[in-house]
Amino acid sequence: MAIGVKVLKRPRAQTSYVRATLKGMALTLQHLFRPKVTMQYSEEKATDDWAISRRWRGTHRMLTDEQGRAKCVACGLCPQICPANCIKLVPGEDEQGNRYPLIYEIDEFRCVFCGYCQEVCPEEAIHVGVHYENAEYSRDRFVYDLERLCAQTHAVSTLWDPSDPKGE
Amino acid sequence: MTFFLWTSAIKVVVVFTAVMVGVAFLTWVERRVCAWIQDRLGPNRVGPEGLLQPAADGLKNLFKEETLPASSDKLLFLLAPAMSFVPALLTIAVIPFATPLPTAWGDVPMVVADLPVGFLYILAFASLGVYGVVFAGWSSNNKYALLGGLRSSAQMISYEIAMGMSTVAVLLLAGNVAVSDVIARQQESTWFVFPLALAYFIFIVAAFAETNRVPFDLPEAEGELVAGYHTEYSAMKFSMFYIAEYSNMVTASALMATLFFGGYDIPLTSWDNGPPWTIAKTLATLAMFSLKVGFFLFLYIWVRWTLPRFRYDQLMALGWKVMLPLALGYITVMASAIWLLHARLGWTYDTRFALALFGLNVLLAIPLFFALDRGHLISGSEARGEA
Repeated sequence: MAIGVKVLKRPRAQTSYVRATLKGMALTLQHLFRPKVTMQYSEEKATDDWAISRRWRGTHRMLTDEQGRAKCVACGLCPQICPANCIKLVPGEDEQGNRYPLIYEIDEFRCVFCGYCQEVCPEEAIHVGVHYENAEYSRDRFVYDLERLCAQTHAVSTLWDPSDPKGE
Repeated sequence: MTFFLWTSAIKVVVVFTAVMVGVAFLTWVERRVCAWIQDRLGPNRVGPEGLLQPAADGLKNLFKEETLPASSDKLLFLLAPAMSFVPALLTIAVIPFATPLPTAWGDVPMVVADLPVGFLYILAFASLGVYGVVFAGWSSNNKYALLGGLRSSAQMISYEIAMGMSTVAVLLLAGNVAVSDVIARQQESTWFVFPLALAYFIFIVAAFAETNRVPFDLPEAEGELVAGYHTEYSAMKFSMFYIAEYSNMVTASALMATLFFGGYDIPLTSWDNGPPWTIAKTLATLAMFSLKVGFFLFLYIWVRWTLPRFRYDQLMALGWKVMLPLALGYITVMASAIWLLHARLGWTYDTRFALALFGLNVLLAIPLFFALDRGHLISGSEARGEA
């Protein structure tokens, strides 16, 4: 008949129903008037005590020089190191013998956002960015071409610095 | 007669609408208060401060698919939401919510039906609500729903008795079962919560159990029973159970206000107690009544987001071993005290009378709360030892 309930052998002096209830009610009432922790995202993307890390590795960005051309020299290091094989690079060369990318595409679906492309880049051209709002209406929009990579304006990631492990 | 019919029809429509809007508003309040207690914000997107959230929820539920379990008892399955919804709303009919409203054709009492047996009507309809829950649980042909329905019937029957007993003390003081007379008696002297403090305690505990609210929400204990009796319900039928739950809360709060807190009585003044009736009096007492009901509704929500759920054996032990004997003993003590003061000493019911009873209540409450606090009475399984 009896329900098998494990009963804690608690001293009578420590058990409390009425006082504990009242204490709990007082606590919840206090919380009613405390400042709320909710961050109302999309209207509010950072608060006083929280902001996205400067080391965040998100959507890529290609930096440009003073003439607005991509800094990339099509050396081929980033597609080489990319563990997800998401960078497509076809190098070209102009009359002065300067190399530049004819095609530079990053498939953001394949990308694992490791940041190796930024680390390996000798020209500090390709970067991962402090950015995370990438929604699109179709799948093919997730392959970013060179023009789109250059047009990004968000901050670039500082990545992890071994000499400053806590990011200070 | 025509005047009576017309005013009654208008009152029915107005009160029904007010309760439904209040219930919708209450679901929003519940979610906001819950969120605030948990340091969150709660729904604040639909309309100003999220006020239109209930409308959005209602629309969603109207357009959702109605499911009908293949092996359910179709008739009872369809009937159950109505069975829990209707009694929840019917009780509110006998509760006066303001002083009479003067019109060109005569005074209109601000109560849908001023029954001379209003009190018995309340007790009768309060116990009808259990049918909806039990039918829902049984007709779903689902073991969790059935368990929820069974728990609900056992719980409601247990606490029904304590609730009825606690209100007997009110009747002893009021001397009449008409709700308007209960209020009139409280207006003359003191609210019954003072001379009958322990009865109020029993009543509020039983009312929480009757409305299936935390800490007595075992019929829908989601950790054990999925969703309890309404597991198989969807769309608007599911909504009906919610509306019924919140209507029950409104009714129970209105009862607490009426029986123990003077109904629409404004404390510390006698301006509102007698004729001539004016519209200002009606509005002021209506506001006072809403305030009291609102406070008890807030109490419901506040308790819900504070306390954990009782274990089932604790619930039963509390109902049968504590609340029922307590209510019975309390009636005996109060009846003796009232007889002593009234019949032997010849006191009439006034503030002195109420204070004497209040003193008696305090004397009784000290050992009771001491015993309750130490868990001598509630921790049922401990007494059984290694079962």
